[in-house]
Amino acid sequence: MTLLKKMLGAAATVAASASFAVAEPALIFDLGGKFDKSFNELAFTGAQRWADDTGNSFREIELQSEAQREQALRRFAEAGNNPIVMAGFAFASALGDVAADYPDTKFTIIDMVVDAPNVRSVVFKEHEGSYLVGMMAAQASKSGTVGFIGGMDIPLIRRFACGYAQGVKAVNADIKVVANMTGTTPAAWNDPVKGSELTKAQISQGADVIYAAAGGTGVGVLQTAADENILSVGVDSNQNYMHPGKVLTSMTKKVDNAVYDAFSDGADMETGFRVMGLNNRGVGFAMDEHNAGLVSDAMAASTYKAAYDIATGAVSVHDYMSDDSCPNLSF
Amino acid sequence: MDLLNLFDLSVLDSTVRFTTPLLLACLAGLFSERAGIFDIGLEGKMLFAAFFSAAVAALTGSVWLGLLAGIFASLLLSALHGIASITFRGNQLISGVAINFLAAGLTVLIAQDWFQQGGRTPSLLSGGRFESLTLPFATALREVPLFGPIYHDLISGHSILVYVAFAAVPVSWWILYRTRFGLRLRAVGENPAAVDTAGISVTQLRFAAVAICGLLCGLAGAYLATGQQAGFVKDMTAGRGYIALAALIFAKWRPWHALSATILFGYLQAIALRPDLIEAAFHFKVQVQLLDALPYILTVVILAGFVGKAIPPRAGGEPYVKER
Repeated sequence: MTLLKKMLGAAATVAASASFAVAEPALIFDLGGKFDKSFNELAFTGAQRWADDTGNSFREIELQSEAQREQALRRFAEAGNNPIVMAGFAFASALGDVAADYPDTKFTIIDMVVDAPNVRSVVFKEHEGSYLVGMMAAQASKSGTVGFIGGMDIPLIRRFACGYAQGVKAVNADIKVVANMTGTTPAAWNDPVKGSELTKAQISQGADVIYAAAGGTGVGVLQTAADENILSVGVDSNQNYMHPGKVLTSMTKKVDNAVYDAFSDGADMETGFRVMGLNNRGVGFAMDEHNAGLVSDAMAASTYKAAYDIATGAVSVHDYMSDDSCPNLSF
Repeated sequence: MDLLNLFDLSVLDSTVRFTTPLLLACLAGLFSERAGIFDIGLEGKMLFAAFFSAAVAALTGSVWLGLLAGIFASLLLSALHGIASITFRGNQLISGVAINFLAAGLTVLIAQDWFQQGGRTPSLLSGGRFESLTLPFATALREVPLFGPIYHDLISGHSILVYVAFAAVPVSWWILYRTRFGLRLRAVGENPAAVDTAGISVTQLRFAAVAICGLLCGLAGAYLATGQQAGFVKDMTAGRGYIALAALIFAKWRPWHALSATILFGYLQAIALRPDLIEAAFHFKVQVQLLDALPYILTVVILAGFVGKAIPPRAGGEPYVKER
């Protein structure tokens, strides 16, 4: 009898704690994994900063397979988590199906647009940030050839490549841009070995600065670039520290701010379309003690000027996703 | 058409590096399957070995200790596969799939616990990695026409595991076709009852084969993490274990053919990275995606019986039951 009482008591506690968790926000990471030193990790950093600042907690899940997207979304929505933030373009179709079923729950999707009354879509102008690192790559290159290595071949990554190529050509139209994609499946985000081989292939084509927008594959690119004594450019978070003196700069994307804002706004956040570009410090390039010796004053000055021109609208960077074409690079 | 473009030295060099892990994994599968134990778990064993070799190399600073740890980790999974499918006569395919899942999950979990770098090991410094070896006279002979560049760029300048992998082919052939152990091993994959009647333990032979498989997978994984890369990254095997299985079918379970099959697959992977050379050779663009898919297409063609017939070892996948 006492045992039964204990069990009932325990069940009641569980129920109570479950109902207590109602207002917690939730964060869903994409397949790259929470600690990818890049996109997903930035999302986590933003969420953690919010938790530290407010003293509240949040729920999170790392997906293991494509099939879990909708399931994870529904589970959090059923559990009353609000808002639910998902890091990654690949959630678009799942969210499109789920959003209408939970009209009182607010969703934030990063890197993609989902048109629903309870969804906030945060997109970054990666092409603007890539343009800037392209300018720096062109100025740092001695061989007259620079490289780009993308992860999975999707329009979003082509947008990186296209902005990068435009930045390179803005410095010197004669510089050649070699662009490769790692693959066409999600495995392309986690294949450092292929990243290394692509780097070597581009080096044999003359590239001496290589920009990697490839998640975990980029680890191999940066490593090989450092081994072969050429420069690389990191992506999403500041990756300059990974090989000090060998990483020219990193194209930074303030995913952490997007998550932080969504969590702070809470259940009554404003939905709709949000564009984070150079004008609102959503993208940029990283300068720190690790790359200080690589970036000359002239290089930095011209890049800052370009950043200003883009932010004010004096220079416009072509967006691959606006018309699925790229004037400066063919894929 | 300038087809010579397709055989640019840098592409062939890259082919060697792509081939090595495939070759080791393919030979691993060959030993196991020739003894009648199907092994879907090559991928998982490689991944496990990749992680433990990188982790131990990072912790101790010694790549050799890392290599030993990688082989040991791979052997552990082999033992698991052996116990499940030989001792307990479980389904070999299910056990293999379970090993793949186990490795994919465990590596990231342990890596996070040990290093807190998000399922990654820290970057290995020199000493913790296999450096590339310069073979004797490579620099001196470089100027010799034709042979010099080939010797210097293609044959020399790889890490020691590459040479081990290529040496493993004749050794495997010799073991399988010129030793008593090899004869018995092949027999146990075709007709275990006959081997048993001759008074030889089927269980022991199969465990030995599975152990050799673990050893070779360990080398393959260690090569990925400490030879080609400087550390472990989640899921870094990226399907190479499955491509090796495809190569094994392509090679019809024979060592020398395994070498040519993996070189072909490695070459296709390497040339896919150089669309510019393909264009220079054929004067039109070939889709990179097509090249990436070619190994699988070729395997399907082989399996469908268009180019000879691939007949697996007859007792493959069947647990041996002494008496019915």
